Amino acid sequence: MTTHYLVLSALLFAIGGVGVLVRRNAIVVFMCVELMLNACNLAFVTFARQNGNLDGQVIAFFVMIVAAAEVVIGLAIIVTIFRTRRSASVDDASLLKY
Amino acid sequence: MPWLSTLIGVSVLGALGVTLVRNDKLAKQFTLAVSLVVLALTVAMAVQFSPNGDKFQFAETYNWIPAFGVHYGVAVDGIALVLILLSAVLVPIVVLASWHDAEAGKRSVRTYFSLILVLEAMMIGVFAATDVFLFYVFFEAMLIPMYFMIGSYGGAQRSYAAVKFLLYSLFGGLLMLVAVIALYSIAGKGTFMFSDLVGTIQDVTTQKWLFLGFFIAFAIKAPLWPFHTWLPDAAAQAPAGAAVLLVGVLDKVGTYGMLRFCLELFPEAAKFFTPLVITLSVIGIVYGAIVAIGQTDMKRLIAYTSVSHFGFIAMGVFAMTTNAGAGATLYMVNHGFSTGALFLIAGFLINRRGSQYIADYGGVQKVAPVLAGTFLVAGLSSLSLPGLSTFVSEFMVLAGTYEKHLVFAVIAATGVILAAIYILWMYQRTMNGPTAESVKTLPDLNAREKWVVTPLIALLLVFGFYPKPLLDVIHPAVKDTLSSVSVTDPAPAVPVAKEGQ
Amino acid sequence: MEPAEFITHSGGAIGVAWLMIALPLVGAAVLLLGGRRTDRFGHLLGVVTALASFVVAVLAFVQLLGFAPGERRRGIALYDFIPGMATKVGLLVDPLSISFCLLITGVGSLIHIYSIGYMAHDPGRRRFFAYLNLFVAAMLLLVLADNYVALFVGWEGVGLASYLLIGFWQHKPSAATAAKKAFIVNRVGDFGLLIGIFTIFATFHSLKFAEVFPAAHGASQGTLTAIGLLLLVGACGKSAQLPLQSWLLDAMEGPTPVSALIHAATMVTAGVYLIVRSGVIFQAAETAQLVVTIVGVATLLAGAIIGTAKDDIKKALAGSTMSQIGYMVLAAGIGPAGYAFAIAHLITHGFFKADLFLGAGSVMHAMNDEVNMRKYGALRKAMPVTFATFLIGYLAIIGFPLLSGYFTKDGIIETAMEHNAILGWLAVLGAGITGFYMSRLVFMTFFGAKRWEGDAHPHESPAVMTWPLIILSAGAIFLGGFLIVGNRFMTFLSPAVGLPEHLPEFNPVSLTGLVTLALVAVGAVFAWFRYGAAEVPAVAPRGSFLTAFARRDLYGDALNEALFMRPGQWLTRLAVFFDNRGIDGVVNGLAAGIGGSSGRLRRIQTGFVRSYALSIFVGAALLVGAWFVVGNL
Repeated sequence: MTTHYLVLSALLFAIGGVGVLVRRNAIVVFMCVELMLNACNLAFVTFARQNGNLDGQVIAFFVMIVAAAEVVIGLAIIVTIFRTRRSASVDDASLLKY
Repeated sequence: MPWLSTLIGVSVLGALGVTLVRNDKLAKQFTLAVSLVVLALTVAMAVQFSPNGDKFQFAETYNWIPAFGVHYGVAVDGIALVLILLSAVLVPIVVLASWHDAEAGKRSVRTYFSLILVLEAMMIGVFAATDVFLFYVFFEAMLIPMYFMIGSYGGAQRSYAAVKFLLYSLFGGLLMLVAVIALYSIAGKGTFMFSDLVGTIQDVTTQKWLFLGFFIAFAIKAPLWPFHTWLPDAAAQAPAGAAVLLVGVLDKVGTYGMLRFCLELFPEAAKFFTPLVITLSVIGIVYGAIVAIGQTDMKRLIAYTSVSHFGFIAMGVFAMTTNAGAGATLYMVNHGFSTGALFLIAGFLINRRGSQYIADYGGVQKVAPVLAGTFLVAGLSSLSLPGLSTFVSEFMVLAGTYEKHLVFAVIAATGVILAAIYILWMYQRTMNGPTAESVKTLPDLNAREKWVVTPLIALLLVFGFYPKPLLDVIHPAVKDTLSSVSVTDPAPAVPVAKEGQ
Repeated sequence: MEPAEFITHSGGAIGVAWLMIALPLVGAAVLLLGGRRTDRFGHLLGVVTALASFVVAVLAFVQLLGFAPGERRRGIALYDFIPGMATKVGLLVDPLSISFCLLITGVGSLIHIYSIGYMAHDPGRRRFFAYLNLFVAAMLLLVLADNYVALFVGWEGVGLASYLLIGFWQHKPSAATAAKKAFIVNRVGDFGLLIGIFTIFATFHSLKFAEVFPAAHGASQGTLTAIGLLLLVGACGKSAQLPLQSWLLDAMEGPTPVSALIHAATMVTAGVYLIVRSGVIFQAAETAQLVVTIVGVATLLAGAIIGTAKDDIKKALAGSTMSQIGYMVLAAGIGPAGYAFAIAHLITHGFFKADLFLGAGSVMHAMNDEVNMRKYGALRKAMPVTFATFLIGYLAIIGFPLLSGYFTKDGIIETAMEHNAILGWLAVLGAGITGFYMSRLVFMTFFGAKRWEGDAHPHESPAVMTWPLIILSAGAIFLGGFLIVGNRFMTFLSPAVGLPEHLPEFNPVSLTGLVTLALVAVGAVFAWFRYGAAEVPAVAPRGSFLTAFARRDLYGDALNEALFMRPGQWLTRLAVFFDNRGIDGVVNGLAAGIGGSSGRLRRIQTGFVRSYALSIFVGAALLVGAWFVVGNL
């Protein structure tokens, strides 16, 4: 029964992962990261259900809060970069290197 | 009275105080006053030390990190006491000698003097520490003020020298850290206190590995051949006063560590490695002297003489006879005075002419007889002329080593010939002969500089004829150390009828 | 007869024997620390402290004579020097040390007085007297010490004084180099002495004479031989014996009173003192004794040969000093039969050689510091007192009958002849050469035609310089006979060094004595024909191979240069190169290697977020994969 949920979670995670790797638009990359986080949340909730305790659900809440905080900071950075460079491509922002 | 904590505390508070003084001149005077107070306190403490009492005296122990059994533990035995005395004596002299040294660059004068006091606190701490972890902390933390003293106030190549000094020492220190932690966990006593750790490591193989961890750190610090190349760079680039503290005191931590930690914690390993260590020492004695002969830079030359002298000290430590051990400890003290005098007087000369190169001098004796005379005395102390204290220690080290390691002692004794060559040749090239055009107007030592040189020469002379006060303190401590290594002095082949026995 | 027992003493002049050392030491300290303020009276203070020391020595001598012969080895304890090695160091006053004390302070005071005149115009006169006083103190410590450590302190102290005084005119590069050379060559000897002292300590765990000597017989033959040979190395350095002789000739760069006091009368005889003092050890080691005699004979011949070819009056005298000390070392190597002659010759030599050197100084003083004898000639009329005293010194050293040298040198030759005929005949040969080179020296200086240069207008020296000459020449006349006839000195010395089994009898017409005299006469006559009657060329003729050999100091310097100096310089350069490129090269190479590889590694930081993300994914995948693999094992 729970297998289906886990497969779905894995699929979502894979889609998110591929998105992060192949897309250049920062907003899309960001959304893919959110997708991966939520895939994890789904897995956590599934396991919580399967094991009959609340640990997984608690962690899911933590992840949501972290994700919310991340959105606040991440979007702010993306918007700032877009304003200064007129581009939202992650490949353009490569100044921080050796 | 918590003597040792007071000493450390006064130095630290003094260092903070110096940074608060607004006026540079006042800051210098304040530093000098603080260092003199520390000296007075140290002397007062030394007077109360009873040579035949407990091994460690003036002990203070407080928990620092209870979870790991780390303590703030300080105490002194005879060996640590004389080294703390050495530090306390040298600091005011260095302060007085460095009066104008920090003014050349753009850096803050006050910071320099503050760093000296910070260093003093750490020097006292490292010799007094009875907790291995605390010792390690002081051992590494000492690098910080010295790094800034060389890197910010040194000569043209200062940053190369400072980084080399820091990285080389850190490398050794990290090996020691690994050994300290391993010692803690293998001993399984849940404490870093030195006295609790003595004798806990019974397995010889384990002893050997831990010994190496400590020994390499100390060999770099001392420095022993072939880990010595940072010293000439650092000493030549450091301001004269910092060079004195570096070679005179900081490096002694290496040889002190060998005597205190390598021997007592790992007696079997120490015996196993004795041939190796003595070989390295003897190579260092001869090699350092030969390389010193070939130097063209006065400060580098003096640094290489120290490589040779540290060979004598390490040889004395590992010869494991009472005379050699006591001689090595005394050597550490005397070498501080002797090299201190040499570096400082060379520094005065270099400040006047603006060059470290021997070839730029000649005939200085004619224009600055007092400078030349004191330089000669300092030089003679470096070649261990009898009548100066360095002779006593070198004699004891060689005689003590001869009892057990005849061949090594004989090879090491060639150092006395080489020492005469490097010192007298340098003296001849700088001070004798026709006066060079560029030094014709050099002024002789001024009153402040005479005050710097006088106590050093007086100490060299006094302990040259009457080393008993120091040796009375050193002897019981060395005997105790050797008995914990369970070695005994070889008996005479022909016993003689001694007076009063 | 064995030497007497050591007795602990207190009271009287012997009880304050340390004053002998302390007085000149205080003088030196005051003069050195007082600086220019003491310029006015510096020379007087120097003389007064030396004389006061002499007075103490005389009083101690008188007190010592008051004891029975068997109680004349009196030690006074002073303080603990090095706990564990040299406790209760003190002074030992016995016939041997008191003889030296009288010589050192007596001749030393005379030379101090002479120096007042000799150094009158030197701006550094105060410093000169300070160093002289320092020397006297150190030399007295050397001979009075009751143990090897204190002896070594004095031993090096005289070395320091010698260094300072040879290099007194340090602005002359030749003087500075000579001073350095003297110190370093002496250090080679000191190295041997140090090892010898270590061996004594390791064997006996004591360095006190009073403890070591009675136990010496218990040590193994090998140990005793080793100790003896090592002490001999030290003696060779200090006493300029082969093969460590090279420094003495250069040491003549110092002011002439220094050459007289340090490099003729006292310091260079310290080696003889060491051998005689350690007699118990040498007597128990025959091989060491044999080597001592061989070194002595070799040096007495070498010194004499060098003396024949030198045109520099001081260097000729220095060669002679080497040679005469060779005689003493030879005698000291023979054992109790030779000790008294060695020390007696040492004392008379101290007088006549100081006389000769001071005379040479007087001549130089008159001749604008010219030292080349080829530019002297016919000085006997211009300087009658100097000539007369010099002549006495000359007659004494060649062994003219009834003068000091006749008794003491002849005693050595006779004893050597009895000990070993080869050594004896070589010593006779040396005496013959002495007759030649000393005559040559006298004839070139005081006889023949004037060969003066420039504005030389020789004059007699002031009284302050001639009186010491007169007193010394009086010693050169009478002292030898007084000491030797009736074995007076041998008996006096016996509590310290023992007596031979049968006492020698003084025989004025022995075969050896007559041959010696004949050879000396031949040498003198030969010298007269070549240098007295004939004209002396202004420039030294090329001469034969042998002359060149002697002129170059028997190639001693060349040998040292080829064997030690050049390889040493090469080794030094090699070591410096190895240190900079080898050891430091490895250290810097390691640092550069780490720096270089991190420079390459940081290229991975491309700045592209997606490549970082990919590496994170790959890493995570690898970790998970690894976990699966491990988990399934």
